Amino acid sequence: MNAATLDAPDFDAKAAARAWRPPPLIASAWLRYAIYLGALVYAVIAIGTIEVNWTRAAEGLERAGRFLGGFFPPDFTSKGDDILEGLLESLTMTVVATALGLILSIPVALGASRNLAPLPVYLACRAIIAVSRTFQEIIIAIVFVAMLGFGPLAGTMTLAFATIGFMAKLIAEDIEDIEAAQAEAVRATGGSWFQLLAWGVLPQVKPRLIGLSAYRLDINFRESAVLGLVGAGGIGDTLNTSFDRYEFDTAAAVLIVIIVIVLACEYSSGWIRRKVQ
Amino acid sequence: MAILTRADGTPDWRRRTPRADLLVWSGWFAAIALAVACFQFISERTIWDFVWDAPAQGADLVSRMFPPRWSYANQLWKPLWDTINIATIGTGLAVLIGVPLAFLAAHNTTPSLLLVRAPVLFIIVASRSINSLIWALILVIILGPGMLAGILAIALRSVGFIAKLLYEAIEEIDATQVEAVSATGASRAQVLGWAVVPQVMPAFAGITVFRWDINIREATVLGLVGAGGIGMQMQASINVLAWPQVTMIFILILGTVLVSEWLSARVRHGII
Amino acid sequence: MLLRIQGLSKRYPTGDVALTAVDLEVPAGQVMALIGPSGAGKSTLIRCVNRLVEPTSGTVQLDGVEITSLGTTALRRARRRMGMIFQEYALVERLTVMENVLSGRLGYVGFWSSWFRRFPNADIEEAFRLLDRVGLAHMADKRADTLSGGQRQRVGIVRALMQDPQLLLVDEPTASLDPKTSRQIMRLIVELCGERGLAAIINIHDVALAQQFAKRIVGLRAGRIVFDDQAEALGGGQLTVIYGEEDWSQTIGRAEEEAEATGTLA
Repeated sequence: MNAATLDAPDFDAKAAARAWRPPPLIASAWLRYAIYLGALVYAVIAIGTIEVNWTRAAEGLERAGRFLGGFFPPDFTSKGDDILEGLLESLTMTVVATALGLILSIPVALGASRNLAPLPVYLACRAIIAVSRTFQEIIIAIVFVAMLGFGPLAGTMTLAFATIGFMAKLIAEDIEDIEAAQAEAVRATGGSWFQLLAWGVLPQVKPRLIGLSAYRLDINFRESAVLGLVGAGGIGDTLNTSFDRYEFDTAAAVLIVIIVIVLACEYSSGWIRRKVQ
Repeated sequence: MAILTRADGTPDWRRRTPRADLLVWSGWFAAIALAVACFQFISERTIWDFVWDAPAQGADLVSRMFPPRWSYANQLWKPLWDTINIATIGTGLAVLIGVPLAFLAAHNTTPSLLLVRAPVLFIIVASRSINSLIWALILVIILGPGMLAGILAIALRSVGFIAKLLYEAIEEIDATQVEAVSATGASRAQVLGWAVVPQVMPAFAGITVFRWDINIREATVLGLVGAGGIGMQMQASINVLAWPQVTMIFILILGTVLVSEWLSARVRHGII
Repeated sequence: MLLRIQGLSKRYPTGDVALTAVDLEVPAGQVMALIGPSGAGKSTLIRCVNRLVEPTSGTVQLDGVEITSLGTTALRRARRRMGMIFQEYALVERLTVMENVLSGRLGYVGFWSSWFRRFPNADIEEAFRLLDRVGLAHMADKRADTLSGGQRQRVGIVRALMQDPQLLLVDEPTASLDPKTSRQIMRLIVELCGERGLAAIINIHDVALAQQFAKRIVGLRAGRIVFDDQAEALGGGQLTVIYGEEDWSQTIGRAEEEAEATGTLA
């Protein structure tokens, strides 16, 4: 610090303070104002495109009141059988789709790892992942319903397909990050490719694999609740029907069931992830 | 890992103790039995004739979907623009509501663990457990069909997502920086503004862009229940079995999603 | 007497007792080193002074003001009189050097002026003067996380001085620094205290550094004061009382030789 004071023996704090400005978020003034202006223009145009039918919205208030009233009390009993059936469908779809998706995602994940797979396999697997992740589950469900007919099987296939993309992408990233040294050590003992997987790769990705499966189970249940809207089975079917018939007290009951199960799923999947990590 | 003693007294290495072994195997057995039972349940509710027919149906579907009806794109630009607006305005609204909720929910910034944190956590969970499509369904009944229902549906679902990830980020900040700013005699609000906010800014920007990217995807299907955007055209085309139009819509969705994913990845890399 | 601590005890909710009936007085302008083994309660003691840690019992008086019974607003006002310097610098990493320095004035300005970074011109001038004093005026607009350890600690010192304090609470200022930088930082703190007539309590585990730079040394062991005297009076026997049995002959008075060897004393 002595050297610095010698460099600038007559440092003028007053002048420096006058010249100092609070640091802006974006350094270039031109870019900063361009961004502010752009955001403003966009906001005006975008909000301008919303057409609101206020008379319709005012009528809706009465329905909103009835819908909220449906929660006090919710009606679990009069459509109890439908709720139970939808719930069982959702749960079974979730279990089968997660199991199936998990099994199928492992080969895809291995194929999508650049450090394990040759280039053509890598590209093919990455394409599967990209398609599965791009389209909303509902869109995929529409296609599966068109092919397999209405019912929970279409929903199961949809969820399994979405699970493949989700799991394979994250596991592949994990495999690409594994410590090369550990895999090298297994290869050095003369192990085969499968032994390499079992001893060099699996132990390193296993905790994450279990954590992701638990997480995906949770997501799959949530998604299974909407697939019914396009006829792919599950509790969404029950919900949709009750909305169509304006049975808001039953709809409220279904929503409460969904929230409770999602909560239970979330707590247990969080617990599992903490256990394995 | 376990080291056991054999009958003759010499040590024996096994991966697990027999008890643990039994537990693991019975766990696997239970999992497989559950999956099979569940599949049986689904199978009873499936008309298998339709399924065996699926390859033929699929081939038929593909032949009807191609070639896409390119000219239809001209009618799609407006709905696509609406879709993007639904996602963007919805995300903006969600940020406005979600950020204060996150500060109320984080352990280290909440005014009261019992009176504030608990109810806020309930709001966050309720928002997260209901899919935006269900929110849209409810809102269309109340507000009537249109973009407003879509925007609110996206916002209601995203509030929980943004608040949850952000409050987790707030709980992970470096406590000594907070301590240092408190030690200067700063007020609570100043400690938030000077020690907490700068630390969570990158996480906040990342979460927002990430959710926006997800919302673009979600907004493409909201139209199925009448909540505006390109999904309305999709619903209409499916209803009249105009598959070449559906293909065109799929292509546009694919393009939009890829662009938004690229954009959000760019922004997230730029921040870190 | 500037600071008067009486019967200060701290028991954490976990049941750990950090301090037991500590009495300590620090006159204005005195630089005092607080030594002791890890876990002796040094950090807790200085955090009880500005109530970053709430004491369980006992009183702390700064310049006649009873700190322990103050409400939130009055406590903030009292904290302005006590600058704190941290072991890991505790700068807000994503803010610039100047913003970190100005954060020392937060107790004096309102929320909105601080949010929009509107500080009185006199504060900014003082900030530049102090930054220049520690040789960092040209770094004012750099982000704090681009600085080296020694530079960050100097920013931390300037932030504490910006509060215009009467007392500095210094928590292990050199624990994350190399030996040479450690000496520079200690000398800087002691010099600045001399220039401005500040008192300081410096927590430090390096006995040689404590002896070299502080006039008075207080030894803490298991939450009790076991030594309190001039720095020269500290010998092997006392160190055994503070830290336990060890060969101390090589530790005492070695600091100056070491410093000469690295050329920082000349």
